[in-house]
Amino acid sequence: MDAILGPECMNSNEKIQGWMPRERFDELFGALSALGYTCYGPQVRDHAIAYARITSSRELPRGVTDAQQPGSYRLTHTEGGRWFDWANGPQALKPLLFAPRESLWRVARDAQGRLSFTPAAERPAKIALIGARSCDLAALRLQDQHFLAGAYVDEAYAARRRNLLIVAVNCTRPASTCFCVSTGDGPRAASGFDIALTELADGFVAEAGSPVGGDILGTLVSGAASRVQVKDADEAIAQGAQQQVRSLPSRNLRDVLFDNLDHPRWDDVAARCLSCGNCTSVCPTCFCHRETEEPQLDGTASEHLREWDSCFTQGHSYIHGLTVRAATRERYRQWLTHKLGSWHDQYGRSGCVGCGRCIAWCPVGIDIVEEATALHGGGK
Amino acid sequence: MTASPYLPLEARIADRHQESDTVFTLDLELTDATARAAYRFEPGQFNMVYLYGVGEVAISIVSDPDDEHALGHTIRRVGRVTNGIAKLKKGDCLGIRGPYGRGWPVERLQGRNVVLITGGLGCAPVVGVINYIVRRRDQFGHVAVVQGVKHSADLIWRKRYEQWAALPDTQVLLAADVAGPGWPWHVGRVTALLDQVTLDPANTVVMMCGPEIMMRLTIDILLQRGIREQDIWLSMERNMQCAVGHCGHCQYGPQFVCKDGPVFCYPEVKALFGVSGF
Repeated sequence: MDAILGPECMNSNEKIQGWMPRERFDELFGALSALGYTCYGPQVRDHAIAYARITSSRELPRGVTDAQQPGSYRLTHTEGGRWFDWANGPQALKPLLFAPRESLWRVARDAQGRLSFTPAAERPAKIALIGARSCDLAALRLQDQHFLAGAYVDEAYAARRRNLLIVAVNCTRPASTCFCVSTGDGPRAASGFDIALTELADGFVAEAGSPVGGDILGTLVSGAASRVQVKDADEAIAQGAQQQVRSLPSRNLRDVLFDNLDHPRWDDVAARCLSCGNCTSVCPTCFCHRETEEPQLDGTASEHLREWDSCFTQGHSYIHGLTVRAATRERYRQWLTHKLGSWHDQYGRSGCVGCGRCIAWCPVGIDIVEEATALHGGGK
Repeated sequence: MTASPYLPLEARIADRHQESDTVFTLDLELTDATARAAYRFEPGQFNMVYLYGVGEVAISIVSDPDDEHALGHTIRRVGRVTNGIAKLKKGDCLGIRGPYGRGWPVERLQGRNVVLITGGLGCAPVVGVINYIVRRRDQFGHVAVVQGVKHSADLIWRKRYEQWAALPDTQVLLAADVAGPGWPWHVGRVTALLDQVTLDPANTVVMMCGPEIMMRLTIDILLQRGIREQDIWLSMERNMQCAVGHCGHCQYGPQFVCKDGPVFCYPEVKALFGVSGF
């Protein structure tokens, strides 16, 4: 399990924080590439910040920040020309590990109708992800639990997970939609990374979270970070935490939600919800997927795939001619009682890491914090 | 069973029985001899049955675990996959992977009275455990098999019920909401038959499968008659695609029906049982 889960935080007493001058950042790409990693990092794509292949700091979102509100995400320019002066865009780490669509197996059919099944044999590339935020690292731990920790290990996920190296960047500029402080998942990356950086005006305070991260940093830092640099970094993170304006009423809302399954708020939110499933697509912990089939037209072979699904679809709860959740009220209730409720039974904590994506990317601006608060206030 | 829990193996239809207009049974045989020899299951578990080019469905295994000939799957044709499977003939191939899930608590039945209550095709997930009991009849106390159908024409396995009724200390009670000609049994709800079953709360285990409304009404009656909640076991059904607790469709509150069930002890599902939308 440890080998699969990969990097774990070193003993914090031994934590050494180095200083990486901004002009040496590009050496990181060379160091990672020398170890066989393909680098992915934040870039402006389609008016949003997304992770994509990257080879140079010139491709980072320099001087770009975001303004996020319920149902709204806009990029704007910011002074100072920093590279990580933004809160998360729609894309989490999830697609890099839990693929949006992938082949599970292929079946060949011969002239006699005999079938032979072959598993998909993907050999995933080694990926180094630069710029992961603390909330997404928390989400990754939850996805690891779901796909790796039970009786059945998802091999495709496991193979990609083994090959992932993470360079986290501590969050110093939360969006108005962020609430990771209230879920206990940020803004400082506490564990689950190989390297963690905090961006200051002229460089980065850097910390290793794994032996390989330590080796890489050894060649890139100019020495230990000064006490002033460490203090500035700590203050920037603390300030980011203070700027968060949203918070969930409790870290465990399971009983509140399941005691209020007939609360009028479910009808209220159902009247606004489009049941589009955007929230589940951008959620870094949602794991539902459906299986589909792509047969060849000549009838000799067929491919069996899986792709992300959402509990907001009609098909999600279909059984032999009936739909368990035909109404939007029931679908939203399923999503919220799972995310904030039954995750506690399944994985020992809430399924929400406070990233706020579902708030910004909901086309009608439904706010999970507002809904949970209303249900909490109406509790018994 | 296989290296990947997602990967099916080829199985041949060794035999096919038409049980009613819409229900049929396929006896499936894994074509790979090694896989066939290694395959083990418990009553109440299910396989994912794959139709070439179309997809998979979760089907409970109806044969006895000790029957080495073939794996029985009783299927009602209702959707895209099952309507396709219904057209296959003896000798045709499909895929199966499994078995999955938690089966019936057979080890808890030893020496106790057993009541099996089923509705419609709910008899299929239960017949495995009935066969199990019948083969080891002296290990159990009084056995009651109670089955209800909507229409008398929906009743399958009539001969088996007659055979079971002839066993010592074994009661078989059948009901049809609507009865055609030649129906010698009860006309009306299956729950009405429970009056005829002797229930000793201290020594009875109840197992059931059927429409949830039927199971809910039945549980109410059982509890009124003193049966303890922990002696009630039921097999649940939800959308299942991966069968290994990953795809999320079968979630029932905190439970993944595919791997935590499909057989549950009533207290495990009680909180949401009967709440529409879960």
